Amino acid sequence: MKLSENANQIPVGPFHPLLEEAEYFNLTVEGETVVDIDMDIGWMHRGHEFISEQKTFTQSIFLVERICGICSTSHPLACVHAVEDVDNLEIPERAAYIRTLIGELERIHSHLLWLGLAGHFIGYDTLWMWAWKYREPVLQMFEVISGNRNHYGMMRVGGVARDVDPDRVKALDNILDTVDSKVHMIVKAAMDDPVLKSRLVGVGVLSREDAVAMCAVGPTSRASGVPWDVRKDEPGDAYGMVDFDVIVQNGGGVWDKLVVRLLEILESTRICRQCLEKLKTVKGPILNDVKEISAGEGIGRYEAPRGEVFHYVRTDGSNRAIRHKVRAPSYVNIPTFSASCKGIPIADALITLAAVDPCYCCTERALRVKGEDAGTIDFLTLSREKTERIRREIHG
Amino acid sequence: MGWYNKRLAKSIWVFHVSASPCNNCDIEILDLLTPKYDIERFGIRLVGSVRHADVLLLSGVINQKVAPKVRKLYEQAPRPIFVVGIGTCPSGGCCFNDSYNLTPKREDIIPIDLYIPGCPPKPEAMIAGVAKLVEVLNG
Repeated sequence: MKLSENANQIPVGPFHPLLEEAEYFNLTVEGETVVDIDMDIGWMHRGHEFISEQKTFTQSIFLVERICGICSTSHPLACVHAVEDVDNLEIPERAAYIRTLIGELERIHSHLLWLGLAGHFIGYDTLWMWAWKYREPVLQMFEVISGNRNHYGMMRVGGVARDVDPDRVKALDNILDTVDSKVHMIVKAAMDDPVLKSRLVGVGVLSREDAVAMCAVGPTSRASGVPWDVRKDEPGDAYGMVDFDVIVQNGGGVWDKLVVRLLEILESTRICRQCLEKLKTVKGPILNDVKEISAGEGIGRYEAPRGEVFHYVRTDGSNRAIRHKVRAPSYVNIPTFSASCKGIPIADALITLAAVDPCYCCTERALRVKGEDAGTIDFLTLSREKTERIRREIHG
Repeated sequence: MGWYNKRLAKSIWVFHVSASPCNNCDIEILDLLTPKYDIERFGIRLVGSVRHADVLLLSGVINQKVAPKVRKLYEQAPRPIFVVGIGTCPSGGCCFNDSYNLTPKREDIIPIDLYIPGCPPKPEAMIAGVAKLVEVLNG
């Protein structure tokens, strides 16, 4: 692209405030307006697919769990779905409920995590501290179920690895009550906040056409009015047996993505409650004995907190996959930046980049770029200053 | 440098370097800042620039693309700088040792002074690790 005379380029990354992980963006700006965005990925590439092809099916579950620490249920679930798809294996009913419970708990903690970071980016550290404080009970539930706060290692081909102790279901119920009341409080507080609303409505809009054209998935597409949700479209595990709604908003902006995620947290707590209720009555085995996987192909899908995770496995009858392909949701969501970031002020770019929850998280690592006469530009400060301005306008 | 280290130990400022991790250790590091663990009460603070840091928290196996940048960060850090390897990845490579994209000698890129193993280590373990570092700094 030919740059006009007034255009400046702002490199963001690979180590910068928005991204916990190293990523690189090159924003082209004219004055305060972003006119183009270019991305460079690959800083996190560890060759999962290659390593997975040298491991047995059970070992590769351990491996795909470590694709992303926040989606550490989604990837194993999609992976075991793919292996089970090769032989059309069934799983026990109790295992299905445990899988769904773990998956939905993960969605709660992931969305709360995002909410906190989004608050942090626009200068709402209170929201950050709140959301992360009330995320702790969810991690506590994981610790009760699996023994680890993250990376649960629960999935196996043909079921789950650990049963939920009946004595602990009661304890889990109690923790879920805490989560529920706190989450309701946060959702209400965030959605009623006039400053948050005027800061985010109409910012970084991704139109329905762009969302479809760029194959956006998950909350990113559902906020643009595309009602795609693997849990409803192709219900695996216990999703066909529980009652929940798919949240769709039509605005396409950051605010709509926020609303979709907040309401999804409430839906997830509903699903968790139904699963815990079922775990009290549904007894039986949790793991079917799978002796061998025959030669063939299988695909596995799961609705991760960020969108559809897709795994493809080709087997040759041995105990490992000869080809394992992974498509993560952020991979298709990240290119939507080029549609949603163009033409917006640079102060909004940060939150727009963060709004698709591209599997990054944040520390206070500010990038400073030398401007010609403006001294230095600080991304995070720009974003926060705009919020402060709006706050002053509203509260006088 | 004994006198300097003792002063350093009073309030450690840390900078977080993510060298191709799975994001989990990073989240747990951020978790340290939030109300449940709140490490700022120990004077430990996450800072925005490596030039302000006393300690680098390194997470992840270091892949070939990020390695030069990590090296650069280490060189830019003011001395004395201590590097803490968070998680199993810096200690032993976790499950990624078969990968084609790893740098062969991690220690050449960034020498690590203290390892906190775990996948991911619990926030309590990280606090205990940094407390040990403080002990060493105090002599």
